[in-house]
Amino acid sequence: MKMTGAQALVKSLEAEKVEVIFGLPGGAILPAYDPILDSPIRHILVRHEQGAGHMAEGYAHVTGRPGVAMVTSGPAATNMVTPLCDAYMDSVPLVVITGQVSRSFIGTDGFQECDTVGITRSVTKHNELVMDPAELPMLVRQAFHLASTGRPGPVLLDVPKDVLQAEIDFYWPSDEDVAASLPGYKPTVKGHPRMIKEAARLISEAQRPVIYAGGGILKARAAEALRELAERAGIPVVTTLMARGAFPDDHELCLGMPGMHGNYTAITALQQADLLVTLGARFDDRVTGRVDAFAPHAKVIHVDIDPAELGKIRQPDVPIVGDCRQVITEIVKALGDAPQPERSEWRAMISGWQERYPLHYDPYIAGDALKPQQVMEVLRDSAPEGTILVSGVGQHQMWASQYWKFNEPYTWVNSGGLGTMGFSVPAAIGAKVGRPDRTVWAVDGDGCFQMTAQELVTASSERIPVKVAILNNAYLGMVRQWQEMFYEERYSEVYLSPDLPDYVKWAEAMGCAAFRVEDPDEVEPTIAKANSIDDRPVVIDFRTDAREKVFPMVPAGASNDDVVVHPAQSTSTRKVVQ
Amino acid sequence: MTTSSGAQHQTLSVLVENRSGVLARVSGMFARRGFNIISLAVAPSDDPRFSRINLVINVEETSVEQMTKQLFKLVNVVKITELHPSEAVERELLMLTVAAGANQRGEVMELVGIFEARIVDVSPAAVTIMLAGEPDRLDDFEDLIRPYGIVEIQRTGRVALPKVRKAS
Repeated sequence: MKMTGAQALVKSLEAEKVEVIFGLPGGAILPAYDPILDSPIRHILVRHEQGAGHMAEGYAHVTGRPGVAMVTSGPAATNMVTPLCDAYMDSVPLVVITGQVSRSFIGTDGFQECDTVGITRSVTKHNELVMDPAELPMLVRQAFHLASTGRPGPVLLDVPKDVLQAEIDFYWPSDEDVAASLPGYKPTVKGHPRMIKEAARLISEAQRPVIYAGGGILKARAAEALRELAERAGIPVVTTLMARGAFPDDHELCLGMPGMHGNYTAITALQQADLLVTLGARFDDRVTGRVDAFAPHAKVIHVDIDPAELGKIRQPDVPIVGDCRQVITEIVKALGDAPQPERSEWRAMISGWQERYPLHYDPYIAGDALKPQQVMEVLRDSAPEGTILVSGVGQHQMWASQYWKFNEPYTWVNSGGLGTMGFSVPAAIGAKVGRPDRTVWAVDGDGCFQMTAQELVTASSERIPVKVAILNNAYLGMVRQWQEMFYEERYSEVYLSPDLPDYVKWAEAMGCAAFRVEDPDEVEPTIAKANSIDDRPVVIDFRTDAREKVFPMVPAGASNDDVVVHPAQSTSTRKVVQ
Repeated sequence: MTTSSGAQHQTLSVLVENRSGVLARVSGMFARRGFNIISLAVAPSDDPRFSRINLVINVEETSVEQMTKQLFKLVNVVKITELHPSEAVERELLMLTVAAGANQRGEVMELVGIFEARIVDVSPAAVTIMLAGEPDRLDDFEDLIRPYGIVEIQRTGRVALPKVRKAS
């Protein structure tokens, strides 16, 4: 069938069952926007290309399907770099289409020309400059295949304008065609049987085992398998920032989040463990603290679909390359019905820590600003069943992860690896587009909100009713916390003002319902009001206490043994059991 | 440059898809991960769909395993063969122009003879010499010829093939 490259591109996206594209047109991508008019694919017109990228990420996080963004060349492509890098770090499947100047102009510094594939090479799983119009359908198929299989990640196609205008004979490649076209790409999904047997043996012998579950569990749709393993072997589970929701927080085996701002029990259980069952996690520095002091007594089973993660930071005793779901299922099988060790001492140690060091914050005192942790708790308790929580980056992100109860996978969306401020508003919009049946709350800081808030215009005009809770402490709070703790309270360039901008007026100007809450008695009713609004976005400006710090905290570069708990808890003797 | 006799280096023979930008992907990955490339040679393979990149890497700085794994993550990388110096035949080509007037020409010619190098160009004031061989030998030749005044020098990257197993 004869058609233009642009028509072939859109037809290929349709064939990949794309239901929504987040994008913004411009010169080089113009030809592709014409067939969009006749396509069943929904296009959401963003206000800034970075927003399109984060929306595609939010969509991918909650649906598991690749998020799609389409923008033009030059500045649009460079604006896409941050979301690409964010998606690369957090293994989020994206397919991003960028326009490019016509082939004959490439290399001449043409208007809105930039070396997009060069710039994005190190922040994509793969990218291609499409030089042959006939290759377009195959490259689109490859892009979706690469983005969504193996270790997922962003794939970018850079399409010159004249490639979109050229006439081609459309054909849709088969699965076999795609496989044959990628001779160097064969992800290992099935774990090595001998290693699986060895893993089962270590588990059956361990006295103090912990499952260290990472974002790979969610990517592999392995939450059910994880639960089976934890329950079958009776092993407690820590869920990293990227894995919140992969194991229910209300499960008796759940220890919650480990790491720099994890809870005391999760951190200490890893330190005292004699076996880490590491599943789809990557020993990130925010989890390990000082690496050579991390889990010093533990043998390590490490399961990951990316072979490069095995031994990158910590040498595993049992390395298993494979898909988490398949490997976990095989390990459960290998465990069989053999009885597990008693481990009552280990359980007692854990519950001792849980009792002694629960999350803690100072109670509200009349006249003070709101306690951000308390706002999080009320937000959590008022949230409709199945609410999806999205966050930006900073203190509010840590409080969100700490105080929310994640009992279902794919209900937590955040920027973990790259730590992208401004992630939450656009990511929440993408999440709501992917799961319109769910309530979507974005928890944001005032610093983050100012980076991407204009996407609320997109949300209003496209009728995507997300809700945003700004924990407004008038500071770049996490930086302030570091300056308070590690720079002798010398606050440098962190004050933002609570009133500039006026968040309520701003939100209203963007078509949102907006409220300001300063009185703790107003927190719950205002959240209830926000939950009842479903015809437009809602923004609540919560005035919170800037003195609040995130605890516990492992100072950067310190050992996890030296976790700093809330000052009110630190007077009691901390006992580290060897 | 590290010499070939020590165990500090290793050769990776990397079969890649013959597409534009693949070399940039490979070298970019090394740069981004802080791995060092000592020498690099690229040429088409016997199959026109693929090219072969020969990389000599420093194995003291980073683990070969991690480099190989990161390399293999590149979609266009099809196969990687690790060639340890003791199990590989390695060769390199050197060309150099040395300022050798009438007085020194005889001595230079003597070295050319000893090393079985070849004269590829000659003028009244200089000669251009070509030498192919083991990288160590090239180092030795370069050291001996240097006192005469090297005007220009160019070495290719190392190419390597695994040693053929001898029947026992």
